[in-house]
Amino acid sequence: NFCVIFITFEGFLSRAGEANFPLAKMAAQEVQPSETIAKLKSESEALKTKLEEERAKLHDVELHQVAEKVDPLGQFVMKTRRTLKGHGNKVLCMDWCKDKRRIVSSSQDGKVIVWDAFTTNKEHAVTMPCTWVMACAYAPSGCAVACGGLDNKCSVYPLSLDKNENLAAKKKSVAMHTNYLSACSFTNSDMQILTSSGDGTCALWDVESGQLLQSFHGHAADVLCLDLAPSETGNTFVSGGCDKKANVWDMRSGQCIQSFETHESDINSVRYYPSGDAFASGSDDATCRLYDLRADREVAIYSKESIIFGASSVDFSLSGRLLFGGYNDYTINVWDVLKGTRVSILFGHENRVSTLRVSPDGTAFCSGSWDHTLRVRE
Amino acid sequence: MRKQRQERDLIARMQDEKTGIPIRTVKSFLSKIPSVFSGSDIVQWLVKNLTIEDQVEALHLGTLMAAHGYFFPISDHVLTLKDDGTFYRFQTPYFWPSNCWEPENTDYAVYLCKRTMQNKARLELADYEAESLARLQRAFARKWEFIFMQAEAQAKVDKKRDKIERKILDSQERAFWDVHRPVPGCVNTTEVDIKKSSRMKNPHKTRKSVYGLQNDIRSHSPTHTPAPEAKQPTVEELQEQVQSVCSYQFLTDGYTEQYADYDPFLSTPDPSNPWISDDTTFWELEASKEPTQSRVKRWGFRMDEVLKDPAGREQFLKFLESEFSSENLRFWLAVQELKRRPIREVPSRVQEIWQEFLAPGAPSAINVDSKSYDKTTQNVKDPGRYAFEDAQEHIYMLMKSDSYSRFIRSSAYQELLQAKKKSGSFQDRRTSFEKFTRNVVSGRDPPSGRLLDQSEVRSGQMTRVLVLEPAPKPL
Repeated sequence: NFCVIFITFEGFLSRAGEANFPLAKMAAQEVQPSETIAKLKSESEALKTKLEEERAKLHDVELHQVAEKVDPLGQFVMKTRRTLKGHGNKVLCMDWCKDKRRIVSSSQDGKVIVWDAFTTNKEHAVTMPCTWVMACAYAPSGCAVACGGLDNKCSVYPLSLDKNENLAAKKKSVAMHTNYLSACSFTNSDMQILTSSGDGTCALWDVESGQLLQSFHGHAADVLCLDLAPSETGNTFVSGGCDKKANVWDMRSGQCIQSFETHESDINSVRYYPSGDAFASGSDDATCRLYDLRADREVAIYSKESIIFGASSVDFSLSGRLLFGGYNDYTINVWDVLKGTRVSILFGHENRVSTLRVSPDGTAFCSGSWDHTLRVRE
Repeated sequence: MRKQRQERDLIARMQDEKTGIPIRTVKSFLSKIPSVFSGSDIVQWLVKNLTIEDQVEALHLGTLMAAHGYFFPISDHVLTLKDDGTFYRFQTPYFWPSNCWEPENTDYAVYLCKRTMQNKARLELADYEAESLARLQRAFARKWEFIFMQAEAQAKVDKKRDKIERKILDSQERAFWDVHRPVPGCVNTTEVDIKKSSRMKNPHKTRKSVYGLQNDIRSHSPTHTPAPEAKQPTVEELQEQVQSVCSYQFLTDGYTEQYADYDPFLSTPDPSNPWISDDTTFWELEASKEPTQSRVKRWGFRMDEVLKDPAGREQFLKFLESEFSSENLRFWLAVQELKRRPIREVPSRVQEIWQEFLAPGAPSAINVDSKSYDKTTQNVKDPGRYAFEDAQEHIYMLMKSDSYSRFIRSSAYQELLQAKKKSGSFQDRRTSFEKFTRNVVSGRDPPSGRLLDQSEVRSGQMTRVLVLEPAPKPL
């Protein structure tokens, strides 16, 4: 037992770098095989305490340095600019069109609605054959939407200019999972869709043929969310699941290239920082967290004692300075990503916020809720 | 589940004898009101113990906990929190939502029936309860004798209880049903996300029948729930925690500062944010083939910005043509396009790209390192979407390190950057009368362009009529 303690401490010390640790001396002393377990235990307790102290010091110094260099944000006045009413039950998911004003949303009652959020007009409506449509996405061209949920599938509906045309007739089944569809996203083309499912996998599909191009295995439980890397050449995406893990995947090979497990409960939402060098997550453990992909570790936790309900969805403002989080306590908390503080709390929804996305040009964000409505705010 | 534990932990703290909310018995007219605390007691406690800056937030949190049924107003079916002298009582742990209750309609029927047998004014059925009872009587017509007997038996047991104890228990039982059969119009907080419910369903944990169990399980004083034992971190975990001492480098490498001017939440877009002003000019400018100065400036941040913007691609291509190296960009664009095609089209497209850019004697031959070239030659024999991945990456790096920086320094780019602001000349074209009409009818405050603060919520249709000419298109 004591051997294990010795090795891990040594491992830690070699990675501590230039930090001046008095622990170095303590751990370097040789441990006699005849020493009792009790004595070793008390030594390890003392070392643990020292570790905590040093960790706290380092953490505070770095955080302090970074926060100092950054200008504080002013007061925010964010108001609801549009309220979209029309769903008959909980809104579960929404996505923006690249034209920055249209939105697709899906609901527990099986309806998928396409809105011009700017005028609040409904432009298309589709009734799915299942309830709980948990995922929906707008195609990059703006000419189609994808959706799915309890039917375990992801289907694509081309959007017709003729309002009278029955969209359901042109429906195309693309993805097939063995459990509910939790999220879907087009890649930067109308021709490929990335999906995540309660069956614990993610998959990339060719829309035209329905062919499975690549599957991604690695989560130990339901996968709840995914997000594609924003780069023009990016071939990676991140997923979050009920196994508390956030995994980064290579789309070409299907390999999991990075994995993060610091959350204490289900990860409901993941979103890349705009530069692609990091991503944020929202979880049932009532925290949002930020992960640095190059440093390969968690770098920030956004939490407050008064926030005790899960975060269901997160997204960044265009510059990455703000992180918007929709929560199960009906509120939206706005975080200063750099300083780690909360800059605003937004009320208005009358039930859980289930989905939240910033518009493609960052001019507004839209939240969907179990109160049947969507709100666009700036 | 973690979420339930956090709320339960908070309730346990609120009920702590020393540091929790003080519970008292209040003398009222001819009787006593046992075991209560006021709404403002709750709000004050939350503000103090959770270091909440704003009372509104504390009120909201308290309202949620009431809606979940951990404490309740003693004189109201509607479970909400008021920051005043209204009296509240704690729910008994037996009825806590964290026990995963799914009470049956037969239980609700027994409960409502029992209520009609009690002769107290305060226990009279509300309208919605009377309606529910009538509906249940129809639904359970055949079982009704059995339900009635159950209700009678319970009423008998209740009568034997101490008066004070009865008051408390009755209120707690009513609050339980307020959660599971809420007043019409109130949120049903027992609804669960279906993604989680299928994992939560533990037949041993879910309690279905309230009254199938013996009555004396209900205790009359709220008991302290022991906090879950904190898991001691292992040495390995501590070591990892120290490692996760943060690298904030990516946060300070300037991306956020660079884009702050383009973030509509941090800097007002020029001329205005369409969602606030109802004016889509900003979007039209961004989509225009004639890029604004700010768009051109953005191309200078990183090559991806040039590649993302169609006008940027056009300018970059023009520049490369002048340098006789446009085949690089055209190859890169062709490979991007290849990855966007349906899988069926991929093999033929791969051949086309190979012939155009890489085959011996190709018309637009590109220069890649020999390793990439060999790999690509192999890939083309069994063509997939990623056949040109290595070559594309090589070309991307080449453009980024070489052509792109020359493009940004080129006179063509610099001229675009210095060009007079398009949006400025744009607005001058409108006559002053047009501007006047627009501002008067839309109630807009002319100098700032912000709408006067009237209705913020729009539902279904535009709430005012705007007399607008379509914005004149830039040449």
